[in-house]
Amino acid sequence: MANLTSLDKALLNMMQSNFPLNMYPYKTMADKLGVTEEEIIARIEALKEAGIIRRIGAVLDARRLGFFSTLCAAKVSGDKINEVAEIINKYDGVTHNYRRTHEYNLWFTLTAPSQEESRIIIDELMEKTGVHIVSMPAIKTYKIKVALEMEGDGHHK
Amino acid sequence: MAIINDQDKAILRELQGDLPLEPRPFARIAARVGISEEYLMQRINAMMDEGIIRRFAAILRHQKAGYTVNAMVAWKVEPEQIDRIGMKFAACEQVSHCYLREVPADFDKNLFTMVHCRSEEELNKLVTNMSELLGLEDYAIISSEHEYKKTSMRYF
Repeated sequence: MANLTSLDKALLNMMQSNFPLNMYPYKTMADKLGVTEEEIIARIEALKEAGIIRRIGAVLDARRLGFFSTLCAAKVSGDKINEVAEIINKYDGVTHNYRRTHEYNLWFTLTAPSQEESRIIIDELMEKTGVHIVSMPAIKTYKIKVALEMEGDGHHK
Repeated sequence: MAIINDQDKAILRELQGDLPLEPRPFARIAARVGISEEYLMQRINAMMDEGIIRRFAAILRHQKAGYTVNAMVAWKVEPEQIDRIGMKFAACEQVSHCYLREVPADFDKNLFTMVHCRSEEELNKLVTNMSELLGLEDYAIISSEHEYKKTSMRYF
């Protein structure tokens, strides 16, 4: 699915920033976009199949739930990095893990029930992987953006 | 920190998954939790008001949605400038996340931004512009080369 139609874009914008929280969310969006509910459901199905929509659901606030999140980084030699990444990936609290272009070349996010727990997991990971891992928790948040604007919407049909 | 009862936990467990693609998806979830659809909608709204649910939405894969170039850009910012600069970044359309972080001694760039662009060229131009505009000379563009994992956190 290389080319998104204007309906797809309008739908994606609506679902990212203004998902209707009522008993008939797909019907509500269909009415707003001037198409049928079946059509909306079929488009969403296609957008999921194409991998554009990862999921539809709630994003929870880790801090409000008492959880602790941090960004971790490590300097790993090229021949070991895949293996190290695989060990790190096994942890459920690791949600993002990337190889990056920096001396610190492996970066992952870790969410744990508490800061102490995150420390324990990081220690365990260092022992299992044999690499030093640094933790860079956020001290202050200036922005967490909710949606990416799809260009060319708003004039659907 | 909020205290969450078992019923709300059961609701959140469902909502952190994928919403069913059927005309009344919340009725399905309510049935799984063992509550009425109406009460479920009430609890969702209440937990949004409390900030436990930050948002309810479609989560996209940025790359497949046309934002092909994503980079983490870390900037060295003096403590007294942090708030001013952080707010400037926050106002920038292509910046999705901006955090002040506690950093180790061998990494002196403390303000992290996540930048999304449609091309490498656009990204480099944007970062150069920001650097000049904000007077920040010390920064690192830390691009992703390989995605090992990308999922949503399941808390319960």
